[in-house]
Amino acid sequence: MQPSIHPESLYDPRYEHDACGVGFIADLNNTKSHEVVSKGIEILRNLDHRGARGVEKETGDGAGILVQLPHGFFLRECSRIGIGLPEPGDYAIGQCFLPKDQQTHQGVKDVFQRAIAELELDVLGWREVPTDHSTLGATAISGEPGIHQIIIRRPVSCRTQDEFERRLFVARKYGIRMVRETVRGAERFYLCSMSSRTIVYKGMLTADQITAFYPDLLDDTFESALALIHSRFSTNVLPTWKLAHPFRTLAHNGEINTLRGNVNWMNSRQSIISSPLFTQDEIQKMRPIIQEGSSDSGSLDNAVEFLMMGGRSLPHVMMMLIPEAWEKDPEIPENRRAFYEYHGALIEPWDGPASVAFTDGTLIGATLDRNGLRPSRYCLTDDNLLIMASEAGTLDVPAEKILRRGRLQPGKMFIASLEEGRIIPDDEIKDRICDDRPYKQWLLENKIPLAELEPPRQILQPPSRKVRTRQRVFGYTLEDLRILLAPMVKNAKEPIGSMGNDTPLAVLSKKSRNLFDYFHQLFAQVTNPPIDPIREDLVMSLVSFVGSKGNILEDGPQHANVIELPHPVLTNEDLERLRWVDRQSYQAKTISICFKAEPGRMQRALDRLRRVAEEYVLDGYEVIILTDRPVDSGHAAIPSLLAVSAVHHHLIRKGLRSQCDLVVETGEAREVHHFACLLGFGASAVNPYIAFETIEDMRLRKLLPNQLTEQEARDHYLKAIGKGLLKTMSKMGISTISSYIGAQIFEAVGLSDEVIDEYFPGTVSRIGGIDIPTIERETLMRHKAAYFDPNDDDDLELGGQYQWRLRGERHQHNPEMIHELQHAARTNDYGLYREYARIVDDPGDAPITLRHLLEFTNLDPIPIEEVEPVASIVKRFSSGAMSFGSISWEAHTTLAIAMNRLGGKSNTGEGGEDPIRYEPLPNGDSMRSAIKQVASGRFGVTANYLVNADELQIKMAQGAKPGEGGQLPGHKVDENIARVRHSTPYVELISPPPHHDIYSIEDLAQLIYDLKNSNPQARINVKLVAEVGVGTIAAGVAKAHADVILISGHDGGTGASPLSSIKHAGLPWELGVAETHQVLMQNLLRDRVVLQTDGLLRTGRDVAIATLLGAEEWGIATGALIAMGCIMMRKCHLNTCPVGVATQDKELRKLFTGEPEHVVNFFHFIAEDLREHMARLGFRTVDEMVGRVDKLAPKRDIKHYKAKQLDLARLLHFMQADGRCGTFCCVPQDHGLDKALDKQLIRIAGPAIERGEKVEETFEIRNVNRTVGTLLGQEITRRTSGEGLPEGTIRLKAVGSAGQSFMAFAPRGLTIEIEGEANDYFCKGLSGGTAILYPPKDANFNPNDNVICGNVSFYGATSGKAFILGLAGERFCVRNSGAHVVVEGVGDHGCEYMTGGRAVILGSIGRNFAAGMSGGVAYIWDEDDRARQRINTSMVDLEDIVDSEEITELKTLIEEHARVTGSERAERILATWDVQLRKFIKVMPRDYKRALARLNVEMAAVSEV
Amino acid sequence: MGKVTGFKEFVRRNPAYEPVEERIRHWHEFSIPLTQEEIEIQGARCMDCGVPFCHNGCPLGNIIPDFNDQVYRGKWQQALQTLLDTSNFPEFTGRVCPAPCESACVLSINKPAVAIKAIELAIIERGFKEGWVMPQPPRNRTGKTVAVVGSGPAGLAAADQLNRAGHTVTVFERADRIGGLLRYGIPDFKLSKAVLDRRIELMMDEGVTFRTGTHVGVELPAGQIIADFDAIVLAGGSTKPRDLPIPGRDAEGVEFAMHFLTQANRRIAGDSIPEGSDVLATNKDVVVIGGGDTGSDCVGTAIRQKARSVTQIEILPKPPESRTLETPWPTHPGSRILTTSTSQAEGCERRWAVMSKEFLQDETGALRGIRAVEADWSSGRPEALPDSEHELPVQLALLAMGFLHPEHVLLDDFGVEKDDRGNCASHGYRTSREGVFTAGDMRRGQSLVVWALSEGRECALEVDSYLNGRPSLLESKTKTRSDAVLQTLR
Repeated sequence: MQPSIHPESLYDPRYEHDACGVGFIADLNNTKSHEVVSKGIEILRNLDHRGARGVEKETGDGAGILVQLPHGFFLRECSRIGIGLPEPGDYAIGQCFLPKDQQTHQGVKDVFQRAIAELELDVLGWREVPTDHSTLGATAISGEPGIHQIIIRRPVSCRTQDEFERRLFVARKYGIRMVRETVRGAERFYLCSMSSRTIVYKGMLTADQITAFYPDLLDDTFESALALIHSRFSTNVLPTWKLAHPFRTLAHNGEINTLRGNVNWMNSRQSIISSPLFTQDEIQKMRPIIQEGSSDSGSLDNAVEFLMMGGRSLPHVMMMLIPEAWEKDPEIPENRRAFYEYHGALIEPWDGPASVAFTDGTLIGATLDRNGLRPSRYCLTDDNLLIMASEAGTLDVPAEKILRRGRLQPGKMFIASLEEGRIIPDDEIKDRICDDRPYKQWLLENKIPLAELEPPRQILQPPSRKVRTRQRVFGYTLEDLRILLAPMVKNAKEPIGSMGNDTPLAVLSKKSRNLFDYFHQLFAQVTNPPIDPIREDLVMSLVSFVGSKGNILEDGPQHANVIELPHPVLTNEDLERLRWVDRQSYQAKTISICFKAEPGRMQRALDRLRRVAEEYVLDGYEVIILTDRPVDSGHAAIPSLLAVSAVHHHLIRKGLRSQCDLVVETGEAREVHHFACLLGFGASAVNPYIAFETIEDMRLRKLLPNQLTEQEARDHYLKAIGKGLLKTMSKMGISTISSYIGAQIFEAVGLSDEVIDEYFPGTVSRIGGIDIPTIERETLMRHKAAYFDPNDDDDLELGGQYQWRLRGERHQHNPEMIHELQHAARTNDYGLYREYARIVDDPGDAPITLRHLLEFTNLDPIPIEEVEPVASIVKRFSSGAMSFGSISWEAHTTLAIAMNRLGGKSNTGEGGEDPIRYEPLPNGDSMRSAIKQVASGRFGVTANYLVNADELQIKMAQGAKPGEGGQLPGHKVDENIARVRHSTPYVELISPPPHHDIYSIEDLAQLIYDLKNSNPQARINVKLVAEVGVGTIAAGVAKAHADVILISGHDGGTGASPLSSIKHAGLPWELGVAETHQVLMQNLLRDRVVLQTDGLLRTGRDVAIATLLGAEEWGIATGALIAMGCIMMRKCHLNTCPVGVATQDKELRKLFTGEPEHVVNFFHFIAEDLREHMARLGFRTVDEMVGRVDKLAPKRDIKHYKAKQLDLARLLHFMQADGRCGTFCCVPQDHGLDKALDKQLIRIAGPAIERGEKVEETFEIRNVNRTVGTLLGQEITRRTSGEGLPEGTIRLKAVGSAGQSFMAFAPRGLTIEIEGEANDYFCKGLSGGTAILYPPKDANFNPNDNVICGNVSFYGATSGKAFILGLAGERFCVRNSGAHVVVEGVGDHGCEYMTGGRAVILGSIGRNFAAGMSGGVAYIWDEDDRARQRINTSMVDLEDIVDSEEITELKTLIEEHARVTGSERAERILATWDVQLRKFIKVMPRDYKRALARLNVEMAAVSEV
Repeated sequence: MGKVTGFKEFVRRNPAYEPVEERIRHWHEFSIPLTQEEIEIQGARCMDCGVPFCHNGCPLGNIIPDFNDQVYRGKWQQALQTLLDTSNFPEFTGRVCPAPCESACVLSINKPAVAIKAIELAIIERGFKEGWVMPQPPRNRTGKTVAVVGSGPAGLAAADQLNRAGHTVTVFERADRIGGLLRYGIPDFKLSKAVLDRRIELMMDEGVTFRTGTHVGVELPAGQIIADFDAIVLAGGSTKPRDLPIPGRDAEGVEFAMHFLTQANRRIAGDSIPEGSDVLATNKDVVVIGGGDTGSDCVGTAIRQKARSVTQIEILPKPPESRTLETPWPTHPGSRILTTSTSQAEGCERRWAVMSKEFLQDETGALRGIRAVEADWSSGRPEALPDSEHELPVQLALLAMGFLHPEHVLLDDFGVEKDDRGNCASHGYRTSREGVFTAGDMRRGQSLVVWALSEGRECALEVDSYLNGRPSLLESKTKTRSDAVLQTLR
């Protein structure tokens, strides 16, 4: 069985993701040995759980190893085939994947050999690499290439080995190009490596298979002093061998988010490359710099190799491409700042989470991205063996042999030199590089901040009385003023709204929509984490540069000749500064993007625009300003987005793009999304002149707060847009605007392929759509209306995008629909429901959703009596995740009761659940939500919560605001909510954008495993939001053993979200479900998971279409809320819901009138309606209906001028069941729980669990033993109804390296101590248990320098204690809400988002400590006075400890720490307690302090009564 | 958006009325408007709903949340602009509309609705007072001529819109004064005729021609009008009253309500009533048959004419005092829930489920009483309750049971088709005859003033596009100017 590819489906191979385990081993004595190779392979095996398998256990996603060329081995092997090898260094070996087919195979060899002969390279011969694929799965075998080695002699023209390497580099690129261009069927041709120094063995293998497949690796003479290894977890569909790592220089764990832009920028530089190291001919031959169709890691490898071959050292290149977050870190020294600033002007970062291990054969190292979102741990032994891997404990090293243990830190470089035989410290290597050139001086002499340019003589300001007309030309409505601009100017923040988007897609709208509306923002989910741009502001940057982007292979002052833009939005003054800049070789030229306002003129204008821009660049202008200011009654403007992208891509095609920058002066841009689009498609900066005029006009008309000056109003607006842009970038995991520019992080919906290919190449657009004449028509429509009556002084149009208006945009939730639904639900009148369904299903000639464009076909009616009954259908419904907190207790419990009566499922949302709801009510009803959600805030996620679930849902994203977190302001957190969420009343609660234990797909697999351990009976559900590639991600999630995958539409509701997210992020579920079903079918994974969907499903027809597209379960939230009385006020975020649904206001809650019956009636109606459709279609059961797209067809009679241009073929691609894979879930996932170490622990703990007897035992532990203590914990929790056992009942001791998620959710009564070390997610969700961690007693290293515990420990812990002798990694105690923990040092972002508990840190802290910390207290023993500047004090105060009770509590904790871990440092502190006490900094959240004070007052009041 | 928490902080305040004993002594309007500050606070109660049901409940599509907010913020002039965007004559609806918007107001689900009608009235009256409402004749004339037949609310609204679009409009009215139902159907104490005159003057200043005393179809034949005008709008109303054909119907003192009201209005206007044709309630026992608005107007008028007693009887059972499942929010319940009009509050006995069986005459043929039974509705149809027969002493009975359809003389003269109910048949607002349009009660049957205004506006849009041969750029309830421009680009 093997997956198959359907190019006509929605699947897009560009959206493959991978993530993985990465590691290396190096002998710093520089002694080559086979032992290094075999140990490397052992590390690989122990990282196996980080890799993945597809449908077949035998097919891995990829594994590989990079080693130094084993000379002895090849000498022998080559002599066997009659090739005499010269000395090491004088020959190279190329590891080739060749086509299996003999004829093609020979053709490829011939062409390649001829090509490289042009570069004077002699081929000594070819060696066929022995392989044995007997252990491989069919999928891997189907893609298996022939593996051959080409042996090349160093020509005399290469005087040094470096020259030889460069020649080989050119030859490889040229050879591949020639083969691809001339040999048919050579797609599989690929060179893993071709070097005189290193060689890569890899393939579509599991870690275990690599040696069996490549017997070479087992040969004793196969020797190397280093080995770089990689185990891949991919979401991929294609059986692709070449996507395995390592590449030629690196192995990568992570994802490059800005890939599209990086590739475009890199390739656009190639026209102006020159280097003394290469001839012009060679430079021609090495094109393209980035091979099209490479993965993100492969592309990064291309870039690294190119820059390295160009003369920079490998560490230098890594610093250029993945710079640390230097902008806002005061600890970064001057020389390094200068380096980064200089290179920032030269090249944009390759942005995204990354742990990159790299080597050039002598240096080996690794680096983390600026945010440190991937784990990497290392250790050095006393015989100079260096081991680095994604996890600690991957190689069994006796403790006494260990000299040092550490972890990679964000932005820090970790380098070992085999020649120097040592690890080179970060500072040393960076200083070496940064002092190499006078970067600082170059900058001082050349770089100019924008503000220092000459002030403009005149600022353009058109007559303001015309502002209304000009606003109309660009589609301004009253809503833009009232709902978007006014709040931005008032609060300097983006406006917030609630509930989901229910307006038509732009292409279905009858209104004239701006082109921006056709672009939907993409966002990170699962395979890379979004960033928190507020709390982790230190990694974010809005700074960009305009100016020379010359020859990148050359270093020199010319690269510093740039203008620095502090903000991508330019004021009119800023723009004039730039427009009239006149410096040596530096000038701007303005081009109008207007055209004569007549049909048919826009196309010509576009052609002219591109031609003129090209001419100006050739004339030497560095800045091209595209302007629509000349708009007047006779001239309309090309949509600014179309103009900028057209020029951007035209210049890329002409190879001129890197010689200029584009600036847009447009009246169109006003909201965050507009700026994001313009920047994303190539603009370096935008001047929104009408927005400024509008704001001033509003100010003069007193529509803004009166006290604001013109300047203040503008500054607030700029600030709001800046924040919004950071948020938009961060939801994709991008932290710098310079990498966002041109990154094209959008999916287009409703634009024709011709428009996309010509003007937005590389952008996904899957259902076709409108052409240039239609875009022109929409533009002219606005233009004509604006200038129709020159004397017209009417106000702007209403808009109606955000609120329903009769004349405004249509909404799915309109008065009739809401009324009919409520009336039907309350009177239980199916006739009224039909009336409602008619309104929803048949919008006449005004389709709102994609499903309105579909109709049923191939009808095969059966009597309705034969269709499965309503009672069984309704079990497939769930009600959507809404937290208690976002909706009222009354609404939440009513919904739960209703769903339980139906046998469906309600969902807790992310706010926990009150345990009293676990008890049935006297009348037999139950308020218990079957689905317990686990979201990034982990509020109320206790062991007891987890065991009381039928389903555990991991919320990766939310339709209304994918890629974003949320916050519940303190005033909404009343005592009940606080209790349920395990937080303090009145303390603000922040949900981080990412799950801090999911930065990648293998992390998600880990969380799924954790949750399955926490409740083996519960289904694990992963909630995703539709966007391009969601199917591919879903395939990864299925491989990660999720039981259910939920694809949410972009239109889902929210209690509060920025309006731009509600409107512009995500896609309709129709696309998401169809893509997911198609991709899962192609991967033969469909039958392992339940596919669920939600997002404004409202009738039986909607449900029928969802089912035919591939979903077998459905969620309805908004409809259910409306049935209970919601009237779509869209005021959830204001706490003023007047019907008591979405409010915590005690008075308003009394107004709630919903009854469970209303909800039950509503779902019964939908099920009945569905049955009628099923009968008509001829389905007896839902199961047989799933994925039957053949029963759907596009409606034929679409008259809408835009909608009729859509092409739904890919949406309706039918994946016929062929017996290889079921079309719905019918095969259970194997979670592998039976192999868990806990099975053994449960036996040991039997007497304690059964009879409460005390139990003690010792066991061994390895990094492959993951989530230890959790399965045991849930047994305890279950049997004690969440109470746990008395403290100390079970005392276990583990020896060795604990795998990830040690003691996750462990309850009271369970104590485990580890002698050894632990990995990431230590004690996540700790629910009362006690953990003790200390290094092996026989270890020789200093425990205070020893990293003993991985990243993200105590994430979401709610209670319990822990004592750690040694250092913990990044994000220690993140979102801790109750655990008391002592540790001896932590990494960056310590105590982030903490809301309760105590963290005692007897040692150093990293940067950004206490960011977003709203509760609990941290105590830092600040011996060397370095802590203060690393604490983020935006929410906390630093205090002395004076309260005696508090002092006692702290001292008791430290005493216990000393006792259980034997900490010498603790002993020392206690010995001189009074002196040391003064060295403690108390980190006290302001919110928490206020709340405690308020609670004290309340308590006092109570006691007086 | 009003004040976010305004609905929690402020209670609804209604305009006060003069005490009954005072107001029944005169014929003037008797409501005492809220002060400007009080109205602004009422605006603060608006919740700025995501889905504003009021806006949908209003037949004109008044953009209520927006003007509520503007009033709350003291932006009265903007509020006026918002209001006039969708409504030609808010000073009429602000006085006589039963306010379906308030029935639909989201706040009314569990609290008194926002005082939309009072706010509307305050906006337009302030507009007149401040001189913001000025004649705005069209800048350009199209040269096309339109005849509007009937000067009731529908005709006036159509005329106003068509005039704005630049057409030359003549309004024909068979009565001696302009206004139709507004003039003669609604008593002065509810709608001062000065308010009507103010508006008509404004329209005349804007260029609308009015021809009173011209009975189209009788004095002025259709053929003539069709020859003289490029388009015609028939807006003659639904004036054929429903009769009560029971024994004794011919008794002297049994009158149609509209006859009674018209005469009363004329009397107030200073007209002299021909000798012997007086229909007066003075010193009589008056029974008003029919429980609707017209009935109420009869009650108020009879009381002011110093009737000895006034009784209003209704054949339907007494409605519930609040909404039921049959009249859920946001529907406008009309008479299906119990309300008390100001006229009813002035002292009238109200009886429900009363079925009149016979008008009793005295020897001169004058009405002396009504023989009636009590109706049992349990079967869904009225049946006489056993032993319930009784007599009411009555000297004046006013039949206020609604209207059947238009008088057919006009329609027949134009030769346009009629629908099953006897109304003018239409496709959209076009009649069966090219160039002839219809709006208001004549087309849709008897309804509210606000519906008539809506009909007039929407009809004008069709007339305008007919005359120009392209989609009209007049704004309609559901279309903006841009929407219209889009259509022109097709």
